[in-house]
Amino acid sequence: MRVLAAMSGGVDSAVAAARAVDAGWDVTGVHLALSRQPATLRTGSRGCCSVEDSHDARRSADVLGIPFYIWDFAERFQAEVIDDFVAEYEVGHTPNPCLRCNEKIKFAALLDKALALGFDAVVTGHHAKLIDGQLMRSVDAGKDQSYVLAVLTAEQLSHAVFPLGDSTKDQVRAEAAQRGLAVADKPDSHDICFIADGNTQGFLQKQLGERPGDIVDSSGAVLGAHSGAFGFTVGQRKGLNLTTPAPGGEPRYVLSIQPKSNTVVVGSARDLEVDLVCCARPVWTSSALTADFECLVQLRAHGMVSGAAITLAADGQLVARLTEPQRGVAPGQALVMYDGDRVLGSATITSAERVCMTA
Amino acid sequence: MTYLDHAATTPMLEEVISTVSQQMHTVGNASSLHTSGRAARRMVEEARERLAAALDARPSEVVFTGGGTESDNLAIKGIYLARRAENPARTRLLVSAVEHHAVLDAVQWLAAHEGAEVEFLPVDGYGMLDPAALAASIERDPESVALVSVMWANNEVGTVQPIAEIAELTAEHGIALHSDAVQAVGALPVSFAASGVDAMTVTAHKLGGPYGTGALLLKREVSCVPLLHGGGQERDVRSGTLDTPGIVGFALAAELAVQRRAASAARLAELRDQLISGIRAQVPDVLLNGHPTERLPGNAHLSFPGCEGDSLLMLLDARGIECSTGSACSAGVAQASHVLIAMGADEPRARGSLRLSLGHTSSEADVLAVIDSIAAVVERARRAGMASGALTAASLPAAARPSGSQLSSLGGRI
Repeated sequence: MRVLAAMSGGVDSAVAAARAVDAGWDVTGVHLALSRQPATLRTGSRGCCSVEDSHDARRSADVLGIPFYIWDFAERFQAEVIDDFVAEYEVGHTPNPCLRCNEKIKFAALLDKALALGFDAVVTGHHAKLIDGQLMRSVDAGKDQSYVLAVLTAEQLSHAVFPLGDSTKDQVRAEAAQRGLAVADKPDSHDICFIADGNTQGFLQKQLGERPGDIVDSSGAVLGAHSGAFGFTVGQRKGLNLTTPAPGGEPRYVLSIQPKSNTVVVGSARDLEVDLVCCARPVWTSSALTADFECLVQLRAHGMVSGAAITLAADGQLVARLTEPQRGVAPGQALVMYDGDRVLGSATITSAERVCMTA
Repeated sequence: MTYLDHAATTPMLEEVISTVSQQMHTVGNASSLHTSGRAARRMVEEARERLAAALDARPSEVVFTGGGTESDNLAIKGIYLARRAENPARTRLLVSAVEHHAVLDAVQWLAAHEGAEVEFLPVDGYGMLDPAALAASIERDPESVALVSVMWANNEVGTVQPIAEIAELTAEHGIALHSDAVQAVGALPVSFAASGVDAMTVTAHKLGGPYGTGALLLKREVSCVPLLHGGGQERDVRSGTLDTPGIVGFALAAELAVQRRAASAARLAELRDQLISGIRAQVPDVLLNGHPTERLPGNAHLSFPGCEGDSLLMLLDARGIECSTGSACSAGVAQASHVLIAMGADEPRARGSLRLSLGHTSSEADVLAVIDSIAAVVERARRAGMASGALTAASLPAAARPSGSQLSSLGGRI
């Protein structure tokens, strides 16, 4: 089998490539250049986009004795991930760019190019398992990345290999050290790779400019002002700078973002709880489900898991009735459905509300 | 393995390897006064005389450096600073738009930090400078020109520049002329004395000599501010302990390259033409970049419409054929070549290009290996170009799409 190992310069993708070599496959390493003006040195907790990161990837490929190339996907990344990220925030959504990158870059642009060039599959260092074509959670619950892979179709997954799903992050690091890979103790990346300083609000403001508006409560009473509704996310508590304190002094959270009126609606933690989540564009990671069913759902990249009854509407909408109300369910995020540890599929959250007040 | 990247570096000559290693067994700093020092100094000076003879220069015109990039930087910055010191009005730098980054980035640095006004001289669709454009630029204000820099032959597309005509223009106005001749020596007849060039960059590793050794040939009357200060070893223009083994190897490589030049150039030009016509027979829509006749004998620079250069490179590499994409690698990311852009190529043509460069170890078997593989490789790269959708003509907005006439006017076919 000929495989293309996507190598970010981090420890996970280096060990994934090493395991592909051990499997006896013909492995070629590729680092994706996602920025036309990469920084020279890595800063903060970004982990893939500087020249230093591409050098790290190259050194790992050297140690593994595999060919290595840098492919320029900067333009595609800008159009499919960064522009989409900004556009989503602009309409009051909270996008997940890692998920979008998997959907549009790694397992679309990169995979298509790899297949056309004669490779059979793309290997990545994601923490997730693929067993008989079924996408599963990693054994390392803390590092599990099945959520950001749940946008992939069965067809895309049939050309994906995730060699790390049975290992914890600690095991991966230990193995990297044992193999003499210099990235063994490289820090994990956390932030959004294209926002160098980690300041998402500042990044959005630079893209979208200042758009001052009101912060209101559910009754419409003005409690404060903001410089751009796009800078907020549902469930956010910090950075509201409200001038009118809440009665009883209880903390207030962003309940919703209204792009048309350019207002941010805030309320109490209790107002934030929802138990009915409406979604669009379901994607099934194995076979498409057509009848209503019960499963577990995850509503953010980390945590927020609840039981749910899923109803499929004829128009492609998907509605999840949660058994436990959740706070901070943001339109634009993915709802991922699980049967135990097995991913069933995902859909994009469009709205959420509280219907059952006794729940 | 089929090595077709001689323009990047060419295999070291066996004679050079044995001479350099022999010299490495010998101790001696060429600046030391004792017997060993004098022996090393003698080797350096003999090498200087031999290199000068090979390039038709005087020994005192040879300034040894650490390679082509250093020589370019020394010439551009050193001569600019010296000539501006003589006359503060001299702040203009006229350079061709297709220079190597060692020249381009040096002039840009002078613009940013030393008040230089840089003018990039346009080239035609073959990458050739029009001397009339240089004349017009000089004549706008001859007194203000500090330096003109035009490479002897282009490292990417292989086009040979009209250096004699350019030198006539600069001489007429008493303006210093620098030429990067890194690709020219050993491929074209190069006489420093006859050229009218005031400063000329040469380097060893393009001739079968060692890496990290080069020289700036600098006329005695051209003043040049040093960039490296210290012992003043090289005419007080360049400091640093001399690399005796490297210098000895460089001189031998240059001598051999010049001795063998005529026969080698004829042989390589024939192989190159066989390579180009063989590729064209397999891939009829291939485009040749650069001048059809005024080009380096070992250079074939081709664009494959619909392909990404990096796909072509990888697929050929996997088949044991080594070449280079037509683009300069900037910070690890392939950028469309400034040379092709200056020639008027659109970005897809620039990105879909490959440089196959032949040299002293190249044989007909190498050419046949490429011809044998190219159709399959291009077909596959084309599919990948469509698949990844990045910058194929079809994916661009209509305004950015190359028109047929634009493509065929660019250097065309031979």
